[in-house]
Amino acid sequence: MKLNLKIWRQNGPNDKGRMVDYQIDGVESDMSFLEMLDLLNENLIAKGEEPIAFDHDCREGICGMCSLYINGEAHGPDRLTTTCQLHMRRFKDGETITIEPWRANAFPVIKDLIVDRSALDRIQQAGGYISVNTSGRTVDANNIPIPKKDADNAFDAATCIGCGACVATCKNASAMLFVSAKVAQFAQLPQGRVEAAKRVQDMVAVMDAEGFGSCTNTGACEVECPKGISLSNIAILNKEFLLAQVK
Amino acid sequence: MTILKSSVAKKVAMALSGLFLVMFILIHLAINLTLIYPGKEAFDAAVEFMATNPFIQLMQPVLFLGFIFHIAMGIYLEWTNQGKRSVKYVNSNPGAASSWASRNMIWTGLFVLLFLIVHLINYFVPFKTQEIHDHYALVTGLFKNPFYTLFYVLAFIGLGIHLSHGFQSAFQSLGTPREKCNKALVITGNIIALLVAFGFSAIAIYFYFN
Repeated sequence: MKLNLKIWRQNGPNDKGRMVDYQIDGVESDMSFLEMLDLLNENLIAKGEEPIAFDHDCREGICGMCSLYINGEAHGPDRLTTTCQLHMRRFKDGETITIEPWRANAFPVIKDLIVDRSALDRIQQAGGYISVNTSGRTVDANNIPIPKKDADNAFDAATCIGCGACVATCKNASAMLFVSAKVAQFAQLPQGRVEAAKRVQDMVAVMDAEGFGSCTNTGACEVECPKGISLSNIAILNKEFLLAQVK
Repeated sequence: MTILKSSVAKKVAMALSGLFLVMFILIHLAINLTLIYPGKEAFDAAVEFMATNPFIQLMQPVLFLGFIFHIAMGIYLEWTNQGKRSVKYVNSNPGAASSWASRNMIWTGLFVLLFLIVHLINYFVPFKTQEIHDHYALVTGLFKNPFYTLFYVLAFIGLGIHLSHGFQSAFQSLGTPREKCNKALVITGNIIALLVAFGFSAIAIYFYFN
């Protein structure tokens, strides 16, 4: 398979950056998208050129490290798929593929396709945890009665891998889907319920301060999210936020 | 007041003002429909009622503020949101994941605002400043102008598109449980959108030809 690639190159945070055209031959249909980039980088290194910097880690679709805006969509054209799980059989021989980093002021480019997503970490640090003491004479988790629906919803919210595709996709670069997943995950369980009001206010405050936009409910985040995090979580966040004001 | 600084609270304010305006537009549609049925007398009576009823008089400045707030906040939010992505994508395919209506609320909104200004100049200003005896003639007379009627119809199609996203979006902003209510809200929103778009347009087209 032969491909034309248009890839964003940027030497560092202060470089202006530009799209650069590359041709690649010998791509196999069962390669993952990242393996295709590995191949391209090997070619570049052999030619004495600087390889393209991109984020990756587990390559199993669970770590949230890979990113990439491929042909105008976060993690490429497949649904419920991270870039590492996107395979080259999805593309045609001779196709032109554009590859860009996540675009958001809250995610500054570090180099090429790598962006700084630590803003999400700082939101998480503002309240994405429980501080109730669960050590010592620990009660078995199964002894706490939790309706199955709540447990399922909390678990679904907890599958967010924090990749930032929601921010990259949102026309407002809003992080609401990410933040709402964290808020909803805890708000639906008794251990998290105790601090729900403070959590939602603190996390929203940091989200705003980090320079993310506001949610206008376009729903694009839910569609592009590789883990299928539901917009229901955003409704839960909104409800929790309003309830917290009257507490 | 610190709460209002939050992006979530601003969305709630947009939702509440938007739903208030939806209520207004439905009442407005109901009154306009009397132009066709039962006809002139009923319409003139409705106008008379709206002009003299104390509750309506009380609500008029509230409505005015509702409009100003929804428009100003909408423009402000869009303006700040636009600033959150300084470097745009070279290749972006937003249509793959969201509706045109949801992404273009600002444009459908501004188009309706343009119509609103023309509408106020045509009806509201003469209504407040002149002694008008025949409201029916004032309203229906303007529809004889094909350009005005076309602009009118386009504006209400724009408003319909605006409402097709806005109505259900407002409830999402207010934290309505999505799994339980979303389907009903989307259907209701679309029905209201169609009612508004076709209702107002039909009246304009009817008087253009009759």
